[in-house]
Amino acid sequence: MPEIREKVDICVVGAGHAGCEAALSCARLGMETVIFTVSIDSIALMPCNPNVGGTSKGHLVREIDALGGEMGKNIDHTFIQSKMLNRSKGPAVHSLRAQADKAEYSRRMRKVLENQEHLTVKQAEVCELLTEECGNDPSKADEGMHMRRITGVKTYTGAVYECKAVILCTGTYLKARCLCGEAITYTGPNGLQPANHLSDSMRSLGIELRRFKTGTPARMDGRTLDYSKMEEQFGDEKVVPFSFSTDPKDVQIDQVSCFLTYTNEKTHEIIRANLDRSPIYAGIIEGTGPRYCPSIEDKVVKFADKERHQVFIEPEGLHTNEMYVGGMSSSLPEDVQLAMYRTVPGLENCKIVRNAYAIEYDCIDPRQLYPSLEFKNIKGLFSGGQLNGSSGYEEAAAQGLIAGINAARSVVGKEPVVLDRSQAYIGVLIDDLVTKENHEPYRMMTSRAEYRLLLRQDNADLRLRQIGYEAGLVSQEVYEATLHKKEQIEREMERLKNTVVGAAKENQDFLKAHGSAELKTGVSLAELMCRPELSYEMLEEIDKMRKPLPEDVIEQVEIEIKYEGYIARQLRQVEQYRKMERKRIPDDIDYNDVGSLRLEARQKLIAYKPVSIGQASRISGVSPADISVLLVYLEKYKNNK
Amino acid sequence: MFAARTDTIAAVATAMSDSGIGIVRISGDDAIAIADRVYRNAGGKRILTDYDSHTIHYGFITDEDETVIDEVMVSVMKAPKSYTAEDTVEINCHGGVLMMRMILERVIKAGARIAEPGEFTKRAFLNGRLDLSEAEAVMDIIHAKNDFALRSSVNQLKGSVSGMIRDIREEMIHEIAFIEAALDDPEHFDLEAEGYRDILLKKVKKIMKQIRYLIDSSEDGKLLKEGIRTVIVGKPNVGKSSLMNVLLGEDRAIVTDIAGTTRDILEETVSIGGIVFHILDTAGIRYTEDVVEKIGVDKARNAVENADLVLYVADSSVPVDDNDRDIFDMIREKKTIVLLNKSDLNPVVSKEDIMSLMQSVTGRVIRTSMKNGTGLEAFIGAVKEMFFKGDISYNDEVYITNMRHKEALQNAYDSLVQVHKSIEENMPEDFYTIDLMGAYEKLGLIIGESVEDDLVNEIFSKFCMGK
Repeated sequence: MPEIREKVDICVVGAGHAGCEAALSCARLGMETVIFTVSIDSIALMPCNPNVGGTSKGHLVREIDALGGEMGKNIDHTFIQSKMLNRSKGPAVHSLRAQADKAEYSRRMRKVLENQEHLTVKQAEVCELLTEECGNDPSKADEGMHMRRITGVKTYTGAVYECKAVILCTGTYLKARCLCGEAITYTGPNGLQPANHLSDSMRSLGIELRRFKTGTPARMDGRTLDYSKMEEQFGDEKVVPFSFSTDPKDVQIDQVSCFLTYTNEKTHEIIRANLDRSPIYAGIIEGTGPRYCPSIEDKVVKFADKERHQVFIEPEGLHTNEMYVGGMSSSLPEDVQLAMYRTVPGLENCKIVRNAYAIEYDCIDPRQLYPSLEFKNIKGLFSGGQLNGSSGYEEAAAQGLIAGINAARSVVGKEPVVLDRSQAYIGVLIDDLVTKENHEPYRMMTSRAEYRLLLRQDNADLRLRQIGYEAGLVSQEVYEATLHKKEQIEREMERLKNTVVGAAKENQDFLKAHGSAELKTGVSLAELMCRPELSYEMLEEIDKMRKPLPEDVIEQVEIEIKYEGYIARQLRQVEQYRKMERKRIPDDIDYNDVGSLRLEARQKLIAYKPVSIGQASRISGVSPADISVLLVYLEKYKNNK
Repeated sequence: MFAARTDTIAAVATAMSDSGIGIVRISGDDAIAIADRVYRNAGGKRILTDYDSHTIHYGFITDEDETVIDEVMVSVMKAPKSYTAEDTVEINCHGGVLMMRMILERVIKAGARIAEPGEFTKRAFLNGRLDLSEAEAVMDIIHAKNDFALRSSVNQLKGSVSGMIRDIREEMIHEIAFIEAALDDPEHFDLEAEGYRDILLKKVKKIMKQIRYLIDSSEDGKLLKEGIRTVIVGKPNVGKSSLMNVLLGEDRAIVTDIAGTTRDILEETVSIGGIVFHILDTAGIRYTEDVVEKIGVDKARNAVENADLVLYVADSSVPVDDNDRDIFDMIREKKTIVLLNKSDLNPVVSKEDIMSLMQSVTGRVIRTSMKNGTGLEAFIGAVKEMFFKGDISYNDEVYITNMRHKEALQNAYDSLVQVHKSIEENMPEDFYTIDLMGAYEKLGLIIGESVEDDLVNEIFSKFCMGK
């Protein structure tokens, strides 16, 4: 039978937020790349909330941008409202969140993809992964499993694309099933065509799949809502862009409002009375859902004593009347949905445009992956996004970017780029996924980052531009600008630490005026800045030598000086942490040869093949004593080689 | 987490017994500097740093206020020519449990950390001081010592203490989760509106007080079941509980004529002739189908395994049977005193009968009558003799465990001091949780619990999150 046969470097399966970043990074690194999607119209689709960013997710977007990804730029072009969350808290937890014009977001990303050199966009369902044997898989030798290498993919129509690497970014499409009460449809999100064949191909290659679920609320016809009964919520007066490359002047646009309303006892009554018709409580759903985004029925059951829950009404875009009902995702039947939504103030006469639904899909246990996001048992096969058991657009994009960079590097035989937990939220995200046991769609949270004072959204460029530059995604010009910024910050901090002000009357008057203790001896400007009541800006009055500096430089100087003690402590912890990360565990280690390991530790180490002593120490069931034993063994091993 | 290799560790390198000479060993980059902080020579100066490697010096270990703790010989060995290939100082002090403890504590206060089980050996190996062929042995040592330490750490902690630590941790994780939930979902939870800072400050102060209490208790050794671990065993109704009562001088254990009344284990700390014993009274051991009693018997077996001394009570008015043989089997290799009780009744078992059964069991046999109080003096004499001959001694691990706990408590306390400071200085809330989490983690070390996903689980179970 005649068939299409093409030869490329890399194939990306899926064009959601992970797939887009993956494909763009591969193509930008010079790889001939094809990105497959079941529907060209669903590129960078936002099938759930209309936000990009949010607590800790805003950090991810900043990091993606610093590394040379697209998400930050895309939202800067298409947002319709923006807010910096947690402004009253410490700088480590400030997070940007924007409302996107969904259609525009998708359209702009599509345009970027379509115009990217080396990138081909193809509408086709990939059904099969093509591989060949390449040696034994040491950990599964007794099961007769061999290491395999990717050689290409095959589409439903029979076309074969030979390639050196494949990145799976299948999102929620694998064997997807949507539930709205008793009505069950076998479709992907938003009624799109699911991918029903790839799961079997993956299984036949020894990949273990599991089932997760997530859900989304209804969309309303905006004309049927009464906003006078809700609290209007505005964007920030001064918008901060996501991308370090966006000129802040370009994002000061007219913004739209969101609205806040609440459920009430009546809402809860309706839900409780109809729980038996909820597919979750009726036991029809088998997948595990995220605790972070509980459905409204979950909230009512688990937090029965709460009298009301917040409901956020958010526009889906400028050119549509559809409004997103944040906080009320559900898989209850259509009639219950309508009744329950109509109990909410402002929604009494609402008309539903799209029903709320739950979706179930196949995904992998990501502990089958190396931190590079390559499968441990299949060379050249990478995966990112919801397939890895995460949730959220930003988490997906972050993984897509890293998978893309590393797939491209694997093609040319370079070592993968792996960010560690002290470098980036992306590092925390991927390390958690590939190391820890996780039973639900994983969402990023600031509390998951142990060194969060260092991993701020404001310094993502300083942390990661260099890595992006070395990987080849950040231009020389941008990189040098970052170096220049770094230098300015350091120089200004030096100056502030070395400039001593004395007890001159002018200084004492200044301090008195700001309610700050007067000086007895000379102190540095930096020491004054540490006082809670004083800031860099205020000190201008007594800082005669000051030269004007860009705002972003001043921001860094202020944070680094004000929180120096805390930051220094975290830096010391990072030093300890890195020592263990640097101790690599060789691929061919045989844990059965390590005498004194406890059985549980041995089993876990064999199953999850940690790449470093640090990673091994984070696997549950591996104790500090096991780590000591392992250190001794590695020493012997190294010397025997 | 575990510490890196270059920090400085210390431990008692000899057995913790009340005789001879004891050695406190310090190893690591700061070993000599730390020793210098606690040592002075006869002239009163501190000059260890100036001495050559492999020299030994007479002097004193002093307290922070220069009070002399002990007269010592200190040897200095500089890297790489020491056991661990690191700078090492060995303080040879007068033996004696108390003395070694005080010196070790002083060294810890001066900046060293208590060595993990097997850590000296591990360092020696990793630094190339041991032959590669010894790797297996080293791994076995680490494994065994850690196992033992873990077991004793949890076993030796008093129930009330671990309960208190559990309560404190629960309270802490709840506060951390509340703050983190608010940081993560600022539109749902508002920290400022509720005067939260003051509430937290109060809680932190209270917890600091509780931890301070625990630290003080650790100084008196009240956290742990200290003393020579002594287990009373024997068949049912031979007078074990009566022995316990006699030793305690009060009616604590239930004494009845019905065999099998002591189904659980009773434990008490008593001083006999000035020596401290931690005594466990076990259930009678016999073949049984009764589930409850069976559990008691299993517990007794466990207790015997960890014991330093076994008191075997036998009824001299009843012939020896298979149950006695089982018990002797169980206490093989253990230091034992056999009390041939009920000497007031017609004896059918003689000392010689018992001796012949003992074989590999080391110890002696004494005739007693708990009812009349006869034979008790001989018993106390026997115990003293065993102790002063060094047949039985305090268990080293208890002291080390106690010190580890104290170190963890102190670290937790220091973290809370930091939280307290952050609140007082009006720092934003996200700064509090960093150190609260640190304290939570350190307290977990004491009861053998790691952090894992505690926080995320607490957030999701207690607070309704997300859109």
